Amino acid sequence: MFAYVVRRVAIGVVLLFVMSFVTFLMFFSGPDPAKFTCGKNCTPELIEQNRKALGYDKPWPVAWANFVTGIFTGRDYPNDPELKQTHPELIARCDAPCLGYSHLVNATVWSTMKQKIPVSASLALAAFVMWIIMGVAAGVIAALRKGSLVDRGIVGVALIFYAFPTFFIGLFLYQYVSLKWGWTPVPAYTPLKDSPGLWLQGLLLPGLTLALFYAAGYVRLTRTFVLESLSEDYLRTARAKGLAPGRVLVKHTMRAALTPIVTIAGVDLAGLLGGAIITETVFNYDGLGKLAFNSILDLPMTVGIVMLLSAFVIAANIVVDCLYAVIDPRVKVA
Amino acid sequence: MTAETISVSSAREGSEGPLLSVRDLSVHFPTEDGLVKAVDGMSFDLAAGKTLGIVGESGSGKSVTSQAILGLHRGTRAQVTGEILLRGDDLLLLPDEELRALRGREIAMVFQDPLSALHPYYSVGNQIMEAYRVHHHASKAVARTRTIDMLDRVGIPNPAKRVDQYPHEFSGGMRQRAMIAMALINDPGLLIADEPTTALDVTVQAQILDLMKDLQREFGSAIILITHDLGVVARMADDVMVMYGGKAVEKGTILDVFYRPKHPYTMGLLKSMPRLDAVRRAALDPIPGNPPSLINLPTGCAFHPRCPYRTDVPGDRCRAEVPELYRVGHGQEARCFLTASDRTRLEFLGAGRVESLDDSAFRPHESGEPA
Repeated sequence: MFAYVVRRVAIGVVLLFVMSFVTFLMFFSGPDPAKFTCGKNCTPELIEQNRKALGYDKPWPVAWANFVTGIFTGRDYPNDPELKQTHPELIARCDAPCLGYSHLVNATVWSTMKQKIPVSASLALAAFVMWIIMGVAAGVIAALRKGSLVDRGIVGVALIFYAFPTFFIGLFLYQYVSLKWGWTPVPAYTPLKDSPGLWLQGLLLPGLTLALFYAAGYVRLTRTFVLESLSEDYLRTARAKGLAPGRVLVKHTMRAALTPIVTIAGVDLAGLLGGAIITETVFNYDGLGKLAFNSILDLPMTVGIVMLLSAFVIAANIVVDCLYAVIDPRVKVA
Repeated sequence: MTAETISVSSAREGSEGPLLSVRDLSVHFPTEDGLVKAVDGMSFDLAAGKTLGIVGESGSGKSVTSQAILGLHRGTRAQVTGEILLRGDDLLLLPDEELRALRGREIAMVFQDPLSALHPYYSVGNQIMEAYRVHHHASKAVARTRTIDMLDRVGIPNPAKRVDQYPHEFSGGMRQRAMIAMALINDPGLLIADEPTTALDVTVQAQILDLMKDLQREFGSAIILITHDLGVVARMADDVMVMYGGKAVEKGTILDVFYRPKHPYTMGLLKSMPRLDAVRRAALDPIPGNPPSLINLPTGCAFHPRCPYRTDVPGDRCRAEVPELYRVGHGQEARCFLTASDRTRLEFLGAGRVESLDDSAFRPHESGEPA
């Protein structure tokens, strides 16, 4: 098992390496990357200045090598030892892990992202809990009542939520449920350590917005997996043993049906940890998603966010793989 | 409805009544295409410690019968009627809870494919222990000891280690041994084995059958052996019931049915079986046609479209009238209009048309002479 984990992590590191390379290839082999470092008020002088400061004047493979080195050692912007001697105040120091420096916000990418992570993580977690409960419960009920009105109703409603764009559901909840009808306070983010109650309250509507969309997909997934499991021969064995229906359902059906959902849920959660662009923008949540949205003309920040998101997804895959090896005995860990 | 011969009270008191008595059992499934009569009016008795073989083609109602006995059709759309008396209690009338208490304890089942019948996510030991603990208030340690003991008795080597392994780590034969251990752990009075060797290698089949025979002697369980394999029945069973189109077409002791078959379908089955001792007949003789649709059974005798003797029964009776199970010998019954004199005549005239197994087995010396 230990060797299995080590191997998974090693593969994950290689993947991240490849991912950073592809990201650089994508962003830097196109038209002048320095144009996307100063937002809307770019002047030719500013572009030239940023190009030198960020090291974009070098060929992109070199820029990539510097980026990767910077993650481990930190780096200076601009990397100019002479200038450091004469005018140290003009040098921006970016400590490890250095994911870049944004001249638009005059801060390192990592220090900016670091503040946003708790917001996005809270939102992702709240949505995750809600969608797993709603999606799996509804999916199980639909499967057990297959063909009935209940089943058709659940599948139909799921389809509706799946089809509606997130911004529509988000705006609807914000405008009507909160502002017009006043059922909930206007959602705003409160850090968990300040007030757990307000933290939870603020996450309700934005979490629900995301959860409704994801739950709709999980209803169908769960329903399919449960139905598949219900038709298995080993359930007949379980009933033939004289087990109570509840035990057959929980121990024998659910174990088999929900195991594959763990895999999908883990990766979905990781994807959300990197920020929900639309939901965060609609509810004005200052998370990674909104940062990504606002950083479209800020290349160093965009690269940093892409790298962080990749890291989340790769890490989640490793966790899910290891978890799977524990919950499914057929997975060979040797 | 010739069923009400055994009164409930007497069967319950004495051990002389049969362990299992099925009376006029029917299992019908309503479908969009019509009513599927998977089992239609079946009756049989099984004494404690005896083995009944149920033989038939796919779709003849064998497996449906076994699942009806366990009550596995409850809560589905299947319509089950008749009586299934276990020691005099009608299982069809028992409340769910009481029937569940019997499942696995009094009636246990071994299924066809042990890989799909075992849960892939739980260890073999866990699943066997569960079967024990659901019927006994036993600690995990006690159940585990008993499980290891059972695995040992069904011939699984190194049971103390095997108990913690998962089904995919077992070979096919070992899995079926584990299934048998699970079925026998509560010492059931009745074991239903539904095609227990069909999914196994030929070399393993014989081992499993021998094991079941040995354990039957040891535990004294009655066995219902469901199979399409006449060889398996010949090896295992005391009595045989041949099914066709949801009905029993012939019943009797193994010797009677195999050596003196009275129903044309049974004769056909026996002739379509390869025999090592029949030198004379090189080609097999399959039954022409296909098994009938259970929704639209042929009128009259369900077998008549495939029967070579339907013209020997006067007045097109086979097409017009459903035959009953007629007594054709001591303890032998056949669902066929042919009379004893018909059979003698046909055997005489037909030059081997009615050719039972013992004939073909003993005739080689007549024709085996080189010209």
